[in-house]
Amino acid sequence: MIAAGLYHRLGSRALWVAGILLAVAVLAPLSNLALPEGHALRLPNHMMPLLGKYLTYATLALALDLVWGYCGILSLGHAAFFALGGYAMGMHLMRQIGPYGVYANPVLPDFMVFLGWKELPWYWLGFDQFWFAALMTMVVPGLLAFLFGWLAFKSRVTGVYLSIITQAMTYALMLAFFRNDMGFGGNNGLTGFREILGRPIAAPETRAALFSASAILLALCFLLCSLIVRSKLGKLMIAVRDAESRARFLGYRADHVKLFVFTLSAMMAGLAGALHTPQVGIINPGAFDPGASIEVVIWAAVGGRGTLIGPILGAGLVSAGKSWFTASFPEIWLFLLGGLFVFVTLFMPKGILGVLASIRAGWAARRASARKQAGVDPDPEPSAADPIPAAQEAAP
Amino acid sequence: MSGSARFLRICGFARSLLVFAAFLLLFAFAFSLRTAQAQEPAEAPSPAPPGLAEIVAGMRDAGLPQLRAAVAALSASGEAEALPVLQALAAGTLNQSASGAMAVRLGPDRFVDAVTGAPLEAASLGALKALRINNALRRDIAAAIGGLTLRHEDPAVRRSAAAQIFANPDPANSPLLEAALAEEQDPRLRLLMEQARAAILLRGGSASAEEVAAAVELLAARGDRASLGLLNGALASAPEAARPALQEGIERIQRRLAYWGIGQNIWSGISLGSVLLLAAIGLAITFGVMGVINMAHGEMVMIGAYTTFVVQDLIRAHSPGLFDYSLAIAVPAAFLVTGLVGVAVERGIIRWLYGRPLETLLATWGLSLIIQQGVRSIFGATNQNVGNPSWMSGAFELGGLTITWNRLWILIFALAVFALLLMVLNKTFFGLQMRAVTQNRRMASAMGVRTPWVDALTFGLGSGVAGLAGVALSQIDNVSPNLGQGYIIDSFMVVVFGGVGNLWGALVGAMTLGIANKFLEPYWGAVLAKIAILVFIILFIQYRPRGLFALKGRAAEA
Repeated sequence: MIAAGLYHRLGSRALWVAGILLAVAVLAPLSNLALPEGHALRLPNHMMPLLGKYLTYATLALALDLVWGYCGILSLGHAAFFALGGYAMGMHLMRQIGPYGVYANPVLPDFMVFLGWKELPWYWLGFDQFWFAALMTMVVPGLLAFLFGWLAFKSRVTGVYLSIITQAMTYALMLAFFRNDMGFGGNNGLTGFREILGRPIAAPETRAALFSASAILLALCFLLCSLIVRSKLGKLMIAVRDAESRARFLGYRADHVKLFVFTLSAMMAGLAGALHTPQVGIINPGAFDPGASIEVVIWAAVGGRGTLIGPILGAGLVSAGKSWFTASFPEIWLFLLGGLFVFVTLFMPKGILGVLASIRAGWAARRASARKQAGVDPDPEPSAADPIPAAQEAAP
Repeated sequence: MSGSARFLRICGFARSLLVFAAFLLLFAFAFSLRTAQAQEPAEAPSPAPPGLAEIVAGMRDAGLPQLRAAVAALSASGEAEALPVLQALAAGTLNQSASGAMAVRLGPDRFVDAVTGAPLEAASLGALKALRINNALRRDIAAAIGGLTLRHEDPAVRRSAAAQIFANPDPANSPLLEAALAEEQDPRLRLLMEQARAAILLRGGSASAEEVAAAVELLAARGDRASLGLLNGALASAPEAARPALQEGIERIQRRLAYWGIGQNIWSGISLGSVLLLAAIGLAITFGVMGVINMAHGEMVMIGAYTTFVVQDLIRAHSPGLFDYSLAIAVPAAFLVTGLVGVAVERGIIRWLYGRPLETLLATWGLSLIIQQGVRSIFGATNQNVGNPSWMSGAFELGGLTITWNRLWILIFALAVFALLLMVLNKTFFGLQMRAVTQNRRMASAMGVRTPWVDALTFGLGSGVAGLAGVALSQIDNVSPNLGQGYIIDSFMVVVFGGVGNLWGALVGAMTLGIANKFLEPYWGAVLAKIAILVFIILFIQYRPRGLFALKGRAAEA
């Protein structure tokens, strides 16, 4: 019953994507752990955290796309939620170092001993418990997003203004986390982790488990997003995106819709960040850099915003490209990234998926005209699911 | 639209641009006038008495103690001609040559005789060795120069001599000071000399309570940080009876300094505000007219700064004498370069994205990455050396305020650019069309305004102004490919805070944020102050979602 209901609500494509992600969550660690060294199908050890990192990026891009592609809120501060989740997890991992730090203080992390602090600040309390830290990776970004969104959406701050103040938010957070006396490690951030849930953090088994967790998180977020965008709420989101005033005049609370989606998206970003930190082994204030948030936007834009598969695709492609280019041709990476921004906005406003869709529509049209010439009645015009209306907003 | 009407409109655009260019030239001219004044002819040398020549000759191969004696002798001689020798010694330009002459180096390969002031052939001098001094000797020299110049015929020289003694109160100068006071006529100079005498008295530590009280009265009236230091220093050694007077004097000065501290904060705030204004005003124009946030705006500023660098580089290579005019040349050059880049960007990218402001934001961000990396590839990632012209270096005192010339000039420049833009917007045909498009794009278009033209030229104008900001910022900030990034978020804040309805929003926004920032800094530190400002703006937007000076009526709904 439940399965049938879910199938009905999600559609086959979403289940396929989630199924593939779950298969990856099982097969990739298997290939890494079970196959012998040098086997053609074996994923090398260094690839596991790298791919796991891409999966968390994809979750972040998915979270951003939920607010941008479906609700029209261009957040230029989404990496801040990701980083907050990462910091929450980082704080837990710092506590897990225990007496093995340089200063061998069983309670205080090294940087606090170095700064001469005598006891743990109150906001570090509880982070020695994994469940508490895991909760905080959602609660802290969610709370910030709720407060921020509650203020912004209630007073109808929209469009460019909203984008700018989200950027101001992440910038302010970056400045704050750079301060040593904030108690988050200042410039160096949190690093030097040893264990997670009692396992050494750099062991291949742990890495594989973290990879699986990232893939499963992405699959779950994808299913959740699919459920939402196909529900009545999803329709309302699109209505708010395309004609906010009209939706409001019809009696819908546009601000409530936006607030819900924004908060949910921030919590997903926080969870992704929490899985990102143990895989890369460090979290520092650079994660709050406004540039990082804008890069998330380009992931979603490249893949195709207003679709749920697009951001996953875009995050993977752009991040992989970045890894390769910054290693091989560091000086042209910024040219490429910048060019990508310009090219995508000018020529591929619907991203890769949009290009694929228009190619398919072209084939369909050709087939239809061929059939028409052959004397068969053409199909009724296929209702191309157009994720983005041609003119999003009236010209200012 | 008929052909002739179109022709008239194009003429209108051209005229507006010409007006702007003319103003720029005027400004450049004003700059050059200022520079011309800054260069004064050097003083003509005059023959020296024989006594001086002996002392100077004795300085050859002298150790520090002999040099010290020579300085004392020069000071005691009381001759005005001893002055250039002491000054050269202090500046490290006094050389002993293999040919036997003591030579003062004025510039590369330009030497004069230390005693007579007659020019010397660089080739005839042979090997040169500069006379080296230490800090103790440097203080002696400063005091000696002060003593020697107290009776100079030029009041400006006497003033600086008295100030010199005040800064280094040395009881050895007391007799010279008394002698100078006896014949000084100018009341303001007398006051300065009396203050110097008071400083020596307090430093000496052997004065009676009445003398100290009189000195405290003089210094408290002067009321600057140096006086405070003198009084605090005297507190330890003064006689018991003089303590209360000293205490009271210290409190008086501290109260006065607190007031001036507020003034200094306001000045720093205005100065920061002028920088913000310069960086943001171009953004306000493009945002106001086109509803487009240009993320590459900071890079336009950066290009302006690099234009300044290139102009200075060319001047250094071809005509070093023009260096003081380099900024005057860089101002129109930067405006043209960045303006053209702006028009090209508008025609190439932005015009395809109208009605999609968020996409424009992304595309211009991409553009900013490309420009940054391009500049990094051409000029390298390191900071470029942009020099301050002589008239922009240094500082002056105004009451208790210390004002640096470059900050003052940037403030003047920012206000001039602001006034010019106000003029262009309100008095020219182009400005009229710009305002029409800002208020109602479709109606303006229906009335025959060629909105694409207005857009392109507006974007060019906004970028050109960013270039002007770059010229100014090159004087106070590091010229590196990251220059623009440091200003872009602040500029956004100014625009969002001030609103886009008119330029006054940018002015009020920039000044408010600048002053607020500088007032918070002493209490919270620079970083927290900045965070507080950001949070304030985020909250402020909730109450005025379109900024302080929002457009009203239908225009605001679009």
